[in-house]
Amino acid sequence: GLASIAPKGQAATDLEPTPLDVITQYNNFYEFGTRKDDPAKYAHQLTTKPWAVTIDGLVDHPGDYAFDDIMSQMTIEERIYRFRCVEAWSMVVPWNGFELKDLLDLAGVQSSAKYVAFETLYRPEEMPGQRAPFLEWPYVEGLRLDEANHPLTLMATGIYGDPMPKQNGAPLRLVVPWKYGFKSIKSIVRITLTDKEPPTSWNKSVPSEYGFYSNVNPQVDHPRWSQASERPIGGGFFAKRIPTLMFNGYEEEVAGLYEGMDLRKFY
Amino acid sequence: MDRLNRYIRKIPGWLLYLIGTAYPVWLLYAAFSGDLGVDPVKAMEHALGKTGLQVLVAVLAISPLRRFAKINLLSWRRALGVIGFAYILLHFLVWMVLDVQILSQVWADIVKRPYIIVGMVSLMILLPLALTSNNWSVRKLGARWRLLHKATYGAVLLGGVHYIMQVKSFQYEPYVYLAVIVGLIALRRLPKKGIKQARKPSRPRPA
Repeated sequence: GLASIAPKGQAATDLEPTPLDVITQYNNFYEFGTRKDDPAKYAHQLTTKPWAVTIDGLVDHPGDYAFDDIMSQMTIEERIYRFRCVEAWSMVVPWNGFELKDLLDLAGVQSSAKYVAFETLYRPEEMPGQRAPFLEWPYVEGLRLDEANHPLTLMATGIYGDPMPKQNGAPLRLVVPWKYGFKSIKSIVRITLTDKEPPTSWNKSVPSEYGFYSNVNPQVDHPRWSQASERPIGGGFFAKRIPTLMFNGYEEEVAGLYEGMDLRKFY
Repeated sequence: MDRLNRYIRKIPGWLLYLIGTAYPVWLLYAAFSGDLGVDPVKAMEHALGKTGLQVLVAVLAISPLRRFAKINLLSWRRALGVIGFAYILLHFLVWMVLDVQILSQVWADIVKRPYIIVGMVSLMILLPLALTSNNWSVRKLGARWRLLHKATYGAVLLGGVHYIMQVKSFQYEPYVYLAVIVGLIALRRLPKKGIKQARKPSRPRPA
C-alpha cells in the first residue's frame, strides 16, 4: 500500500499526471524494439517472477536481494514527477517506489564508493530488441553516489498505485527526475558500488550526444535538436510545446550537486 | 509482359492522384481517431517522410524496371513524382507547424542542425522539379528538362541520408533505404552498350 502521499523529497507540485494508457503505450525500451509502441507490444513476454537484484562492489553486504524481500523492507511512496526524454517530449508520471538511498543503506555502502552502476536484465529470448545491435547489451547506467543518495532519486516499483507495467521497466527501475529519461534505467538486475565513473549505454553508443550526467538543461542543446522546449505527450494533435525547465524543474533541490561544474562540459 | 504493360498504361493518372491524396487524408483521420497512437504529430510526421521517400524510391526504380525487367511504368512516373514531393512537403509542414511550432526555433533548426539542412536541401531540389512537372514546362524546357529532372537522384539520395542522420543509435532500416537508393542510381550507370547489341538482331524482323 501507499504509506505516504505527500513525501518529504518531493517538490510542491500542481502537476497534472499523464493518463496511464499514454504512459504505457509510448515507451523507449530498446530491449523490446526501437519503436515507441514496441515495448507495449512485446514486453508481456518478460518474466519478472522470480526477480532478484545483485548488489555488489564496495558494499558491506553483497549478494542477491530477492525483489519480494526488498519490497517487504521498504516504504512505498507516491511521487508525481516530471519525466523529460532527451528526445524533447515529456510526461508527468505518478510513480510508486522507495528512495534508492534506503536500498543502498540496506547493502551498506563502503566509504570508498563514489559511483553507483546499474544493469538491466539481459535475456534476448524474452527481449527481442536484444537480438539486434541497437545498443551494446545489457543496458548500463550510472550515477555519482551523491546523486544516488539524493532524496528525489527513486527506485520505482509501480505507477498509479499498481505494480510497474513491464513496458515501463518491471519490476523495479530507477527514476532520476532531473535527468533525461534514459538515465532512469529499467528492469534492474545489478547495482554495483564502485570508485570509478561507470560506463553508460548511450554514452558508449554516441559519446558526442549523450554524456554521463545528462541533466535536463534547456540551455545545452542536443547536437541534433534544441532542448529549450518539449512536447507534452497525451495532449493530442494540437498540443502546445512548453518551455523546458532547468534540471527539469528540480533546480532548487539538485543544483547544489553540480556547483562549480561547467554543465556544457559535463553534459 | 506486354499484357501487364498494357494494363499499367490503362491506369489513368487521376486514379494515382486520388490514391495519393487518400493516404494523407487517412493519416489525418487516424490522428484524430487515436489510430496513430498517443503522439499523433510525430507519427504523422514520420509516416509522411517515410512514405514520401518510398514513393520517390519507386520513381527511381521505374527506368531500371523497364530496362531489366521490361516492366513499363513510365506512364506513372509523373504522378508518383508529384505525389512523393507532396508527401515530403507535408512532412516538412507537419514538422514546422505541429512539431516545432515556434518559428524562431524552426529557423534555428534549419540553419543549425545538419540533418534538417540535408532534408531541406532535398526539399529545395524537389521543389523546381514539382513545379516543372507539367506538359508546358516539358515543351518549354526541351532537353534542359531532362537534365533538370536528373536532380531527382540527388534529392532522393539526400532524403536517404537525412533518414539515417535523424535516427538514434544503430538501426537497419534507414541503411536499407540508402542501399536501395544507391543501388538504383548505380543501375542507371551500368553501360548500355551490351543491351543495345543484344537488341540489334531483333530489328530486321518483320512486324
